[in-house]
Amino acid sequence: MPDAGATVSIVADGRRVRVPAGTTVASALLDLGVTAFRRSVSGTPRAPLCGMGVCFECRVSIDGQAHRRACLVPVADGMTIVTGDAP
Amino acid sequence: MVRHHEPGPRAPRPFPYDRVDVIVVGAGPAGIAAAVAVAEQGRRVLVLDEGLDVGGQIWRHRDRSHVPQIARRWFARLDESSAIVSCGVSVVDLRHDDGAVAVVAERAGEGHVLRASRLIIATGARERFVPFPGWTLPGVYGIGGAQALLKQGTSFAGRRVIIAGSGPLILPAAASLAAAGARLALVAEQAPPPAVRRFALGLWRRPALIAQAARYRLAFAGTPYRTGQWVTRADGDDRLRSVTITDGRRTRTIACDVLCTGYGLVPNTELARLAGCETANGAVVTDGRQQTTVPGIFAAGEPLGIAGVDAALAEGEIAGRYAAGAVSVPAAVVAQRDRARAAALALEAAFALRPDVRALAEPDTIVCRCEDVPLSALDPAWSAREAKLYTRAGMGPCQGRICGAALEHRFGWPRDTVRPPILPVSLSTVLHAPSAASASLTPSAP
Repeated sequence: MPDAGATVSIVADGRRVRVPAGTTVASALLDLGVTAFRRSVSGTPRAPLCGMGVCFECRVSIDGQAHRRACLVPVADGMTIVTGDAP
Repeated sequence: MVRHHEPGPRAPRPFPYDRVDVIVVGAGPAGIAAAVAVAEQGRRVLVLDEGLDVGGQIWRHRDRSHVPQIARRWFARLDESSAIVSCGVSVVDLRHDDGAVAVVAERAGEGHVLRASRLIIATGARERFVPFPGWTLPGVYGIGGAQALLKQGTSFAGRRVIIAGSGPLILPAAASLAAAGARLALVAEQAPPPAVRRFALGLWRRPALIAQAARYRLAFAGTPYRTGQWVTRADGDDRLRSVTITDGRRTRTIACDVLCTGYGLVPNTELARLAGCETANGAVVTDGRQQTTVPGIFAAGEPLGIAGVDAALAEGEIAGRYAAGAVSVPAAVVAQRDRARAAALALEAAFALRPDVRALAEPDTIVCRCEDVPLSALDPAWSAREAKLYTRAGMGPCQGRICGAALEHRFGWPRDTVRPPILPVSLSTVLHAPSAASASLTPSAP
């Protein structure tokens, strides 16, 4: 269990930020103010719905692996995350 | 307990063993109780779970001091047991043959074949969603979904939140969001007031539950709690801005940042159905020993129908003991299971969905979120299979887990059959692991 207050450094859509250790990528992105995790096949913005790995709405690219479910992956130091809404 | 947690995408190590006596899929209450029971019989057991840690949804935590005492007790029993626990692992396929099971598991994009003599399916449940205009907007969460995100560390402080759906999850969700600093504007339950009242009165034999409900209600005492009201639409631009609520006569629109919605739970039966286990009314069929219709494959907890943590713990223990070769289980455990299963029936009746809620989707409302299929593209005369073929509804990454239950409700379509892999996997897993699983069940030539 990470210490309370411990943080890790991640790069989210090109932004280097520190986020609480032990949280998930989904949670970290929501707290960074990311609204669209991905665009649907017709281009509408999508974000986490189920929070438990069922709906696949929160999928993002993590360290070069596409389509990872952000709600099932814990943040790690040095992790690079790219959302489907990245500039 | 041997903890083997490899959540990150980097450098996954191979599993320390690929052959045990029993594999348990799911580390919620049912899976934990099953694993402890198997280990206590002196058998080797491997527990696999997709989450970050053990506990499932109900005992999800970042810090063990925040879970109920009963959860801490079970976590401690699991820790002290010889069970091997591996989190961050998805089971995507399996093969079985008389007395042998091989599961295909994926961890961080890499496929593994894990073998055992027996399998226990403790895959829990997911939320039931009903499509309505605007339900795809960012800011619309499941009720359990918001709870899960809150427990992952998401901040809801200062957010203006509406909770509108159905079922006993509403009260604890409202209480925990209020405690986390959310500004709750409304908590609405679609079930009519008399049904909720009857249900509450029926709880007199379970005073602990009444006390718990009262504590939850107190935690969001400043917010109206309305029965017989439901959400009809959500509006916004790049995210949710407002929600429209009705009681069937009057409607009103309330500005908010977050809507938590959901209509009870749906058993996760994909793995059991893939194994060929019989289901009835959307739930896995088991005998008194928790064995499914496939010999050597057992199931416990919510996949058998939604019944809560007491049923899950008892069924897990029974499944674990019999899977490990025990010839009997304590009568008290069987009684606990039967009591909890009987209580679950009252719950289902109280929170039955009103027809208005089933019919909320409009012609242009997206019903399949993965493939953006609108309601108007579907013909009620079709089957779920035909909808897949003609519109791709149910063929996206969630494989119909969200829209399947919704369409079952709207059109009465039975769920389509499941096909492997039951979750999207990497190409290397598809190419190598299933054949390796098949080969592992074939006795090799001397």
